[in-house]
Amino acid sequence: MSYRITLPEMDTFTAWRDVARRLISANIPPEEVLWSRGAGEKDLFARPLPPLPKSTIPVPKSFVSLARLSIWHCDHTRFHQLYALLWALRSDRTLIEDRGDIRISRLNRMAKEVGRDRHKMHAFLRFREIGDPDAPRRRFAAWFEPSHYTLEPALPFFTDRFGDMDWSIFTPDLSAHFVDGKVQLAEGVDKPDFPIDATEDLWRVYFRNIFNPARVKLTAMTSEMPKKYWANMPEASEIPDLIATAEARVRAMADAAPTVAPKRAEVIKARGKTRDD
Amino acid sequence: MSRLSLEQKLAILSDAAKYDASCASSGGQKRNSRDGKGIGSVTGSGICHAYTPDGRCISLLKILMTNFCIYDCVYCVNRVSSNVQRARFAPEEVVTLTLEFYRRNYIEGLFLSSGIIKSPDDTMADMVRIAKLLRTEHGFRGYIHLKTIPDAAPHLIEEAGLYADRLSINVELPTDNGVKTFAPEKDPVQIRRAMREVKEQKDARKDRSHTGKRPPKFAPAGQSTQMIVGADGANDTTILRTSSRLYTGYRLKRVYYSAFSPIPDSSSALPLIKPPLVREHRLYQADWLLRFYGFDVEEITDSGTADGNLDLDIDPKLAWALKNRHVFPVDVNRADREMLLRIPGIGQRSVGRILSTRRHRTLRYDDLRRMGANLKQARPFISLLDWHPRGLTDTEHLRARFAPQPQQLQLL
Repeated sequence: MSYRITLPEMDTFTAWRDVARRLISANIPPEEVLWSRGAGEKDLFARPLPPLPKSTIPVPKSFVSLARLSIWHCDHTRFHQLYALLWALRSDRTLIEDRGDIRISRLNRMAKEVGRDRHKMHAFLRFREIGDPDAPRRRFAAWFEPSHYTLEPALPFFTDRFGDMDWSIFTPDLSAHFVDGKVQLAEGVDKPDFPIDATEDLWRVYFRNIFNPARVKLTAMTSEMPKKYWANMPEASEIPDLIATAEARVRAMADAAPTVAPKRAEVIKARGKTRDD
Repeated sequence: MSRLSLEQKLAILSDAAKYDASCASSGGQKRNSRDGKGIGSVTGSGICHAYTPDGRCISLLKILMTNFCIYDCVYCVNRVSSNVQRARFAPEEVVTLTLEFYRRNYIEGLFLSSGIIKSPDDTMADMVRIAKLLRTEHGFRGYIHLKTIPDAAPHLIEEAGLYADRLSINVELPTDNGVKTFAPEKDPVQIRRAMREVKEQKDARKDRSHTGKRPPKFAPAGQSTQMIVGADGANDTTILRTSSRLYTGYRLKRVYYSAFSPIPDSSSALPLIKPPLVREHRLYQADWLLRFYGFDVEEITDSGTADGNLDLDIDPKLAWALKNRHVFPVDVNRADREMLLRIPGIGQRSVGRILSTRRHRTLRYDDLRRMGANLKQARPFISLLDWHPRGLTDTEHLRARFAPQPQQLQLL
C-alpha cells in the first residue's frame, strides 16, 4: 500500500519540496510514494497522504540546485528519483559530491538536459509584434515547443530582459503572460496564428549576408541548432538556399579576374600620403 | 547614385562585416530591465541566437557603420581599391535595427565596426554617438561591442569604453612585417599603443576615489583582438607567441583567429585559397591550453610539426601527451590538478568532478565515464583502481589510433 502525490503543473518545485519535507519527517521511504504531475491516472491501490507536520530539513546546497533543474525533466520518474536521493542523503551527506554514483550522475544528466533545453529556449525563441508599435508598452508574442517542462524555469531570463514591453509565450504545456511588469502562468494552447511582422524580412536579409559561403560547416550548425527548432525561426527558411548556392558563389569569387581599382582609390590614397608628409 | 533602402544597406554592411570572427557576448557587466524603464539585459555568459550554415554563431548584430574606407589593406573586402558596392548607415538606422532585432530576441546586442572615413577621429566619434544614443536615449541595456579605430584620439576611446561592454582593436596579422606588407596604412606600434591605452583606462577605473565612490565601469567585458591566419607566411609558433604576448602584456580577454577566406573582388596580391579551417580550429584549441590548462607556448609548439606548425591530424593536447609519454600513465586517484589537466580526453569540468569525488572514495574506470570524460582518448594515459594501460602507453602505433585513417587512393 503506497501514498499518491499529485503535484501541480505550476510552481511544481515548491510543491514537491513541501511534500518531500513532510514525507521525510514522517519517515516514509521512497518506495511507498507514487508521484505524478497534474491529473495523473488513478492508482487503485494508492492511498492519500495523511496530514503530516510541516518542517524543514537540512540538505547540501548542491542538492537544491540539482533539484531545481531536474524537476522540470520529462522523465516521469524524476520526482521519485529526487525523493530517493533526498532519502539517501539522510545517512550519507557526502553522496551528493560523488559524481561517479549512478543516482547522482543520472540526475545530473537530467539537470543538464533541462539546462540545455532552457538555454535553447532563451536562444531560439522568436517574438513577433502583435500590438500597436507606437503604444507606450508594445506587445509581442512567441510560440515555442520545449522538450521538457522548461517554460517556468526559463521565465526569469525573459522578465529580466524584456522589461519595458508586454509579451506572451505560448507552449503546448503552459503559457506565460507578462503584462505591466507582472508575469502570470496559464494553460497551454495549440499553436496560435500571429500577424506577419515585417522586421522578420530584415532579419532574413541579415542572416543571408552574414553567412560566409567559403566556410560551410553543416554539422557545426546542426549540432548547435538542431532542425527541430527551425520551424519557429524566421531565418531558418533561408538555410537550404544558402547551402545550395554556396559552392557556386565561392567558385565565382575564385574565377573572377582581378578588377581595376576605382578611380577614387588613387585620389584618396594620394590624399592620405600628403597628410602623412 | 540612387539612394539605398535600409534593406539594401543592411545587406551590404553585414556582408562587409562577416570576416570579423568575434561575435561573443560574454563577460559583460550583469544588468537587467526589470524596472521597466529600459530594454535589455546582460547575463554574463552570452547566448548564440542562431547559426548560419558556416557553423558560426550569431550573437550580435555585426555590422559596419560604413564600408567606405580610405585604407588599402590587401586582405580586406572593404579596401579603397575594391569595387564592392558602398553604403553608409545613418546613426538612427543602426539604433533602430539593433532595438527592433533585440525586442524580437534575435540578438544579444550590437557589434559595430567601420571602415575609416575622412579621418580616424571622425569615424570613432560617429561610432561612439551610436552607442551613446542606444544607452542614453533608448535605455538599451544589452551588449555593445565597439571596434575602436587605432589612430583615434584617446578621449574618444575613453568615451567608447563607458558605453561599450567590450572594445577591440585588430592586430590583423601575427607579425609587424605582415601588417606593413598587407595593411600599409596601419601601424603595428600604434595598434599596440591603443591596446595599452584601453588597458590603462580599465586599470585606472578599478580603484575607488577618496570618497569611496566607484568610477563608472570601463569596457567591463574587456578587450579582444583578431589575427588573420594563412594570409602571410607566419607559422603557428609565431602566431601563438604573439597571442601569448597579447594575453600577458595587454590582458586581452580573447584573441580570435580568422582563417583567411576568399572575398569578392580580391586583390591580385593575395591569391584566393580554401580557408584553412582545421588550422584555425587547432589554434583555438592551443589558445585554450594556454589560457586554462597551464601550458606554455613552447610546450605546445614543440609537439607540433618540424616547420613550427601544429599537428593538423590530432589536437595539441594529445600531441603533447604523445611526445611526453614518460609522464604517463597518470594515477587519477593521486595526481594533482595540474597533472590531471594534462590528460587527453579529460577537460576542466571532469577534473573538478574527479577532485570532488576523490575526497570520499577511490575512483574506478566507469566513474570517469559517468563524469563525462572521453575515455577513448584518455585510456592509454591513465591508471585507476581497476584499470592500467600496461604497455599501451608506449606502443609505437598509439598515434595511429587517433589520427584519421589515411584515405585509400581511388582508381581512375
